[in-house]
Amino acid sequence: MTHQVPIQEGLFSWPAEQPQLLGSRCKNCGETAFPAQRECRKCSGSDTEVVTLGDHGTLWTWTIQSFMPKTPYNSDETEETFRPYGVGYVEMPGGVRVESRLLENQPDELEIGMPMQLVIEPFRKDEAGNEIVIFAFRRADSENA
Amino acid sequence: MEVAIIGMGLHRFGRTESLSGLQQGAVAVREALADAGLTWEQMQFAYGGSQDAGNADSLVNELGLTGLQFTNVWNGCATGGSSLHAAYTAIKSGEYDMGVVVGFDKHPRGAFNPRPRDWGLGDWYGETGLMLTTQFFAMKIQRYMHDHGITEDALVRVAEKAFQNGSLNPLAWRTRALSYEEIATSPMVSNPLRKYMFCNPGEGGAALILCNADKARQFTRKPLFLKAAAVRTRHYGSFEVFSPSQAMEVADAPTVTASRAAFELSGLGPEDVDVLQLQDTDSGTEIIHMAENGFCEHGEQEKLLREGVTRIDGRLPINTDGGCLANGEPVGASGLRQVYEVCLQLRGEAGSHQVPGKPAVGYTHVYGAPGVSGVNIVTT
Ligand SMILES: [Zn+2]
Repeated sequence: MTHQVPIQEGLFSWPAEQPQLLGSRCKNCGETAFPAQRECRKCSGSDTEVVTLGDHGTLWTWTIQSFMPKTPYNSDETEETFRPYGVGYVEMPGGVRVESRLLENQPDELEIGMPMQLVIEPFRKDEAGNEIVIFAFRRADSENA
Repeated sequence: MEVAIIGMGLHRFGRTESLSGLQQGAVAVREALADAGLTWEQMQFAYGGSQDAGNADSLVNELGLTGLQFTNVWNGCATGGSSLHAAYTAIKSGEYDMGVVVGFDKHPRGAFNPRPRDWGLGDWYGETGLMLTTQFFAMKIQRYMHDHGITEDALVRVAEKAFQNGSLNPLAWRTRALSYEEIATSPMVSNPLRKYMFCNPGEGGAALILCNADKARQFTRKPLFLKAAAVRTRHYGSFEVFSPSQAMEVADAPTVTASRAAFELSGLGPEDVDVLQLQDTDSGTEIIHMAENGFCEHGEQEKLLREGVTRIDGRLPINTDGGCLANGEPVGASGLRQVYEVCLQLRGEAGSHQVPGKPAVGYTHVYGAPGVSGVNIVTT
């Protein structure tokens, strides 16, 4: 089985049966940030802790990326195999709006306010043959909404 | 100390294969000097910037090694606004009497491709395809349309007006007026924004000569006055480009605070403005910036655009030279092009795109990554 490696440590809990997005909360003012950061952008304090932000939320805004981005975009796709992807901000119960790729890529599949579910998706292979995984969101089914 | 604008120059925006970006900046400076009837040796200072066309102070190789103070400025799309602000304070403080502000650029074709680390972000953000200004502008207007009842009709009308104005401006890059249908059916780039609703990175140069207002009449019979220059960055809670996350609480955008500061400095209000330039890297941002700069209520834009209020002959003429949509965006020069156009209008020299009725107050606004706005107010 291919070894799966997160594109960046600390963005989401991994490996995990039910992965969660990770962020930070300021111990002084309570501000939540994603990704986790040591300093607080609200009160300028520097006492923060890593917290889970959850694995579901609601779609706050969205668009669709219709053309393949230039570098630094780094997937296994070519101009021929590129598939448009959705991009949105998902409002998390942890108290922050997180920007994410969306699995939906058709305008009639996306609507502000719809429930979204976190998924961990394969993105590309690295030189060692590991599968690099990223976080994304998709429309939540009724059973896990 | 009051600050006057006594000279201006522009190298046409677009594509000029035969000249480097720096050379286009030099052309703009020479034109501004000629316009003011001054020489490069008389300049005491210069502020300038470019993103992709080299260090602005290399211009001394083109213009002459006179030993003047030359400061390079880099502040994203607000580079021109920030250079002008620096020059404004240099004269206002009384330290200098006269100097140049210059911006130029020459970008490769296609969308910008910023590097995450330059913006304090992890590589993953760019690698996974989240770091595109086009996406941000699309998501910002998507939410704005949802909140304020703006429809696609308004997006089309902004672009229609821009290319109409561009067709009247011999210095514009895009000089062909596009029909409503052509814009409304152009390919979707990032929903809800289509191809002709986005500006493109381009080339060009712009320059202004600033002078202590008490001495301005020695050099020109028609000085203009830079009544305010203000630059502000984002606050906690404002929704800005290159943000992996945003706060739930909502704060005023940097445009709102820069605009307020500029009106306060000048003692003028939105109702006094006769001609204005608002950052229009896409149709949606012009709509948002109309309200953020205090020229209408959020949501009112739909009606104003339908009634033609923002056209050259309307009550609130916006982006009379075709804006970024028809001129493209050479980042270093773009904010100064706006001031150039407003000065042209106030002098009554804009020809076929001249605003009727002798405009006396001009307003310019730039916005750039990662959340910086610059506002200038110029009067006769
Ligand atoms: Zn804090």
